[in-house]
Amino acid sequence: MSDFAVELRDVVKTFQTPEGGSVNAVDHVDMGIRHGEFFSMLGSSGCGKTTSLRMVAGFEWPTVGEVYIEDHPQGHRPPFQRPVNTVFQNYALFQHMTVAQNVAFGLEMDKTPVNEIKRRVGEALAMVKLSEMGKRSPRQLSGGQQQRIALARALVKRPKVLLLDEPLGALDLKLRKEMQLELKALQREVGITFIFVTHDQEEALTMSDRIAVMSRGKVLQVGAPVEIYERPNCKFVADFIGDTNFLDGQVSAVDQNKVTVFVPRLNNDVVGMGNGQLKPGDQVVISIRPEKIRLSEQSTLNQNCLPVRITNSAYIGSDTRLEVEANGVKLKVWEQNHISTLDPRAYHQGDQQAWVTLFPENALVLPAE
Amino acid sequence: MLRKLRESKSFQGTLLVTPTLIFMVGLLIIPLILTAIISFGQRSSDGGVIYTFTLENYTRLVGFSTSCDNGAASCFDPLYVNILWRSLVLAFQTTILVILLAYPLSYFIARAPAKRRNTFLFMVLVPLWTNFVIRVYAWMMILRTQGVLNGVLGAIANALNIPFAPLEMLYTPGAVLVGMVYEFLPFMILPIFTSLEKIDNSLYEAAADLGANTFRTFFRVTLPLSMPGVVAGTILVFIPVMGTFIVSDILGGRQVILVGNLIQRQFLDARDPTFGSAASLVLMVMTLVVTYFYTRKFGLGEEIIIA
Amino acid sequence: MNPNRRAPLVLVMTVLVYFFLYAPIFVLVTYSFNSSKTNIVFEGFITQFGDAKLVDGNVVQSPCGPFHWFCELGKNKEVMNAARNTLTIAFISTISATIIGTLAALALQRYNFRLKAFSELALYIPIVIPEIVMGIGILTLFSQLFNYLNTALNLTGNLRLALGLGTVIISHITFSVPFVALVVRARLAGFDQSFEEAAMDLGANELVTFWRVTLPMLLPGVLSGALMAFTLSLDDFVITFFTNGPGSTTLPIYVYGLLRRIITPQVNALSTVWILVVFTAVLLLQWLQNREVKS
Repeated sequence: MSDFAVELRDVVKTFQTPEGGSVNAVDHVDMGIRHGEFFSMLGSSGCGKTTSLRMVAGFEWPTVGEVYIEDHPQGHRPPFQRPVNTVFQNYALFQHMTVAQNVAFGLEMDKTPVNEIKRRVGEALAMVKLSEMGKRSPRQLSGGQQQRIALARALVKRPKVLLLDEPLGALDLKLRKEMQLELKALQREVGITFIFVTHDQEEALTMSDRIAVMSRGKVLQVGAPVEIYERPNCKFVADFIGDTNFLDGQVSAVDQNKVTVFVPRLNNDVVGMGNGQLKPGDQVVISIRPEKIRLSEQSTLNQNCLPVRITNSAYIGSDTRLEVEANGVKLKVWEQNHISTLDPRAYHQGDQQAWVTLFPENALVLPAE
Repeated sequence: MLRKLRESKSFQGTLLVTPTLIFMVGLLIIPLILTAIISFGQRSSDGGVIYTFTLENYTRLVGFSTSCDNGAASCFDPLYVNILWRSLVLAFQTTILVILLAYPLSYFIARAPAKRRNTFLFMVLVPLWTNFVIRVYAWMMILRTQGVLNGVLGAIANALNIPFAPLEMLYTPGAVLVGMVYEFLPFMILPIFTSLEKIDNSLYEAAADLGANTFRTFFRVTLPLSMPGVVAGTILVFIPVMGTFIVSDILGGRQVILVGNLIQRQFLDARDPTFGSAASLVLMVMTLVVTYFYTRKFGLGEEIIIA
Repeated sequence: MNPNRRAPLVLVMTVLVYFFLYAPIFVLVTYSFNSSKTNIVFEGFITQFGDAKLVDGNVVQSPCGPFHWFCELGKNKEVMNAARNTLTIAFISTISATIIGTLAALALQRYNFRLKAFSELALYIPIVIPEIVMGIGILTLFSQLFNYLNTALNLTGNLRLALGLGTVIISHITFSVPFVALVVRARLAGFDQSFEEAAMDLGANELVTFWRVTLPMLLPGVLSGALMAFTLSLDDFVITFFTNGPGSTTLPIYVYGLLRRIITPQVNALSTVWILVVFTAVLLLQWLQNREVKS
């Protein structure tokens, strides 16, 4: 038995455009989702994440390639024959049934005996903390409550994999953050594999065991949140997740992982970490995150220390967000405000001179695109 | 087979639409084709059809009959052309009158407070739900020589000491026109109402704000925006009027013969299905032509659907 | 600012038109109480109850009093037959047309297939051609077809194919289907397919999904379409005129026949009853609709 609960092997999904052409919504995607993990597909709209999810559910069939659930190829199996269940973005609760009937529906389809249905529906509702809502109509529930009923309805069937298609999209910010934690806790409790689709990177980082970043039908990178954030493998991922600074340049020397890059606009060399496959002469871009840049009054005598002028400063409370300039190159620097003081000299302001250190361990050298 | 059904969406679609197609093709398209075929045939002695190809029926319609009174080879009898023309004229007259009567009413309902609108609409629809034939009969009672209208007029005349002779209203083209207008009035009210209702109140306010008086607001804002409704209503009125025979039968008697009556008689009294089919086909082509040009100029009103 | 107040012309016309719409109905209903048997002039109400008595062509006394003609109507076998036929035809054709039309609406709204454009065109035809053209066409088809089959298969007596209830019902289905399809399609257009996907996701196959989820949610539209079909069938004159045979007379045909023969206030009584029934039915429907909206 393989490690994977769900696998997509070289899956392509082609759609016909109204103008008569065709477009690959999913373009040669390979993905393996492990048992019991919380796996997210992250990307902006049109990247193929929803289409991929729908192919696992069975609402679409791959044009090329195969979807495997528990090592069984799904082929053209319709959704009702697959051991997975979906939580829809708009919840899709049946308006003409009560909440309890909604939750019971899937069990009815399995021809579960009536007593067992009642028991399991009760359990499911208790799990989402909505036990008293059984007799209500979905119309009478708030957005957050509907979402939890949709969850209960899917989970009551004890599927091997739960698919969630941007389920928190319609909720307001506060509720969304609450639900993120609840969902994560629920997943740990129930132990099923969750495949979660979202365009909100903070959400993905918070909840996932692993994230697949997608763009234009392709998977760019798969990894744990920390990997995606700290070791993006390309410029797009570095840019999409969190905030970062980019410096274009050319490789002048390579020493195992340490890569020396000449940055024309700084007229200087910057040393960073590469992926081991770069050679001198390659066009690259250095990515360094604002919180990883050290701002100081004096030079730290590091290889990557530069004199800069602070051009802008925004006090956020927990941080101070600064914009600095060196040779016309603008960099974002975030400083945490460690000390509670009102003394303005403790917070860097605009128009000051300072030094920034781009520690080589924090400077990622990525191939230019 | 089930798998094939499941996989091919177009097969599913075709399957779902098949019963409809059976009815539409079998009872609509084939009959029309048959009508066309028969119109080129000849009448057999027992009122049946001899399937040949002859233009005799059409030439007769246009007026060139081969069996003439004075034994000549061909003569011109504009009888049928007159009938067609009269039907067209009546359809136009009805449509214009209906528009003139329906528009103020639709306007009134459209700009009435929302609560009352449904009631007013309801009141328009109620007569519609009584049967067509019954409504025509009602007019017969009113327009008769000893009918209600004459009775009322007579009473007024007597009260004013004016000499009064009962008007001969029934069995005249006028009676048929009144009957047609009455029958089809609601079909114009509904579409015009629908398109007038869509006009946001703020447009009237904007027009007033920019200096337009009631008159100009109507002609420059209201009327143009309500045209889709008028177009839809015209189609809903014009086509049926061209084909109706009951109104002219009951209210016009033998005096007023329209295309509808002509066709009806050919099939029932004269028992000449070939000639009747020809007339029927001509009627259909005429209405299609008028509809086509009308919708091309004014657009197809979705108000039809809503009405 | 009530715009209607500023245009007295509109108000006057409105009142006149409403009067125009209702005056004939008022006349119709009033005359159903006419004591004059010939029903040409309104001779007054029948005021005396008792055995039927006729004086100079006026009914001066009747067991039913002023409702004399309504009672006569009740005794009229032909009317009862016609009414029964009308309802039978309406029910059968409505149910059939609703099913067929709903399926067609689903097909046209959700699928692409080769015959799609043709189907849409075909459904549009009954709306644009005059009823009489359609009636003639169907009559021609049936008469030619029946003639041929009767002679070819040597059918006699009861087996002979002829115009009757069957042909009327089939024709009614034909003109009702486009309207049902239209109404249901409009309802389908705003229908979110995620409900059906959810049902399938939970284990329902296509048929179960349709039966338990799609249809219940589509029901208001389907019922609207059915109601429309029912009304069209009840009221139809022209098509029925050309496709009916002895024994399948409907009420409109019956009234038409009466009009060309003897006209007694019985016709008015029939009209009044018809109006009342329709009025009540519509009020009932409005009440039902209001109830649904509230819940």
